[in-house]
Amino acid sequence: MSEMLLQLYVVADNVLSKRAIDNIRDICDQSLKGRVRLEIIDVVKEPDRAEHAKILATPTLIRRLPPPLRRIVGDLSDRGMVEAVLASPADPLQE
Amino acid sequence: MTNHKYTELDSLGVVPTGIAGFDQIAHGGIPQNRTTLIGGTAGSGKTLFALQFLANGVEKYGENGVLVTFEEDPEDLVRNVQNLDWHLDEHIDDGRIAVVDVSPVPGEAAISAGKYDLSALISRIEHAVRKTDAKRAILDSVGALFPQVIDSQVVRHELHRLVVALRAMGVTSLITVERADEDGPVARYNVEEFVADNVMLLRNRQESERRRRTVEIVKIRGADHLTGEFPFTIDLKEGLTLSPLATITLSHEAGEVRISSGIGELDKMCHGGPFQDSIILVSGATGTGKTLMASQFMKAGIAAGERTLLLAFEESEAQLVRNAAAWGIDYRGAQEQGHFRIVAEYPENRSLIDHLVRIKQIIEEFKPTRVAVDSLSALERVSNGRSFREFVLGITSHLKSVGAAGMFTNTTDKLMGGESITETHISTITDSIIILRYVEVRGEMRRGITVLKMRGSYHDNEIREYVIGSEGMHIREPFRNVTGILSGSGARTLIDDRAALGELFPDE
Repeated sequence: MSEMLLQLYVVADNVLSKRAIDNIRDICDQSLKGRVRLEIIDVVKEPDRAEHAKILATPTLIRRLPPPLRRIVGDLSDRGMVEAVLASPADPLQE
Repeated sequence: MTNHKYTELDSLGVVPTGIAGFDQIAHGGIPQNRTTLIGGTAGSGKTLFALQFLANGVEKYGENGVLVTFEEDPEDLVRNVQNLDWHLDEHIDDGRIAVVDVSPVPGEAAISAGKYDLSALISRIEHAVRKTDAKRAILDSVGALFPQVIDSQVVRHELHRLVVALRAMGVTSLITVERADEDGPVARYNVEEFVADNVMLLRNRQESERRRRTVEIVKIRGADHLTGEFPFTIDLKEGLTLSPLATITLSHEAGEVRISSGIGELDKMCHGGPFQDSIILVSGATGTGKTLMASQFMKAGIAAGERTLLLAFEESEAQLVRNAAAWGIDYRGAQEQGHFRIVAEYPENRSLIDHLVRIKQIIEEFKPTRVAVDSLSALERVSNGRSFREFVLGITSHLKSVGAAGMFTNTTDKLMGGESITETHISTITDSIIILRYVEVRGEMRRGITVLKMRGSYHDNEIREYVIGSEGMHIREPFRNVTGILSGSGARTLIDDRAALGELFPDE
């Protein structure tokens, strides 16, 4: 199975962002078992990347790979939802 | 956090939008360092208003700006206005305008898994402001955020945070928001409670089978502005244009220079002719010679080498040329010499406010010193009372501001006497009123002319007979022993004036 690329857009010093970082690290360690590359991007430090990715809310988690692209907003405390979206190849809302 | 700072900023005043007419009704513009909300239904022109504010910032005031789009793709937004003289695409390329694209990506709807805020959006906007050193920002349209973000409580809270951030950066901003209908609440989703001390509404109403666009300033905190709805038009060249009708003061310089009306006897009745900067209303029933009078007015302008403009709404250019030739007036030759122009158009071709904007453009371009409008009453057909008065006020004030003389003709409904609606609407606006009437004298239909009013000048009070001959209008002696001409019920009196006066002042 191919590697998963995740990007988490956050704002440093933001409670929700910190919580999202903790949550996605847990999910990566426990559910995805190292088959994932996680990149954390601070939108204040890298606004051009936020612009390019059209990030509106923080935190936002984007699954770059494998396609299709997925966006999840929130502190990722709803782990069941996060895992379902990351695992699904198709859009769960369309099913 | 920095309340004292805001108080300082409050005293800084207003930022001009550069939108023709709007800054006058807003007494200078929109509040500096503040956010102003524009509410409007779909198609009311709010996006255009905001873009114009942004583009004018660069074009007219050297102020850079940030365009935040929540709804439309930025490329579409720019393409929609590329025919206007705003150069939006160039300013974006030059880095004078930064775009923050928050338009939804099809098929990439975000799924919510926990709490979030819009810090990313605020960071992006702050970055764009810093990057361009922006003084202006527009957010179009925030209503589109709500379906994107799902939690409307979050949106309202974050919009408020954004407004505070913009203020702290010294940015003057416009936020557009959709309204469900023209008379409902200011904005959907109760946005205005959170973002705006300053609210204005754009409307696009159906009225007399025409669209009537208006702008209304609902509130501007701590500042003075004109109240009520002001008509505006959307022009393919300039964008939004307001006719600041209610702000017009008729205190233009009153010159002492008199010109010829084209009829020698009428000039005598006017104590030497109408003033160069005056507007004359010629009112009469059909066939009394109003168009002829306008033609002679034009002829006098042409003969004096003035730049002369005829705005015709009843006859085609070919008809006008032919009819004038019959009176010995060479319109065609004057046109070829370049100082005379005919603009003939059907009144129904456009709305009254669009007519006004076009007429102003023609006047700006052609720079006439003498203008005839034949006829006002044809234009009245396509209007309602209020917009018609605004139109006449608008054109009168524009002619005065460029120092041109004007003659407007007006057809009355009744053959004999009578006062038309037009007259009651506009008689106080024009400087002079000339009345043409049919008079029945001893079973014969004759015509009478009188100068009812002439501002700032002595004028003849008599009702004189006139005839239309092969060389135009000739005014003769006053009617004697006939009363009731103006009311249309001309009757011979058996006693002469002296006897009548004698009865009024009987010897003791």
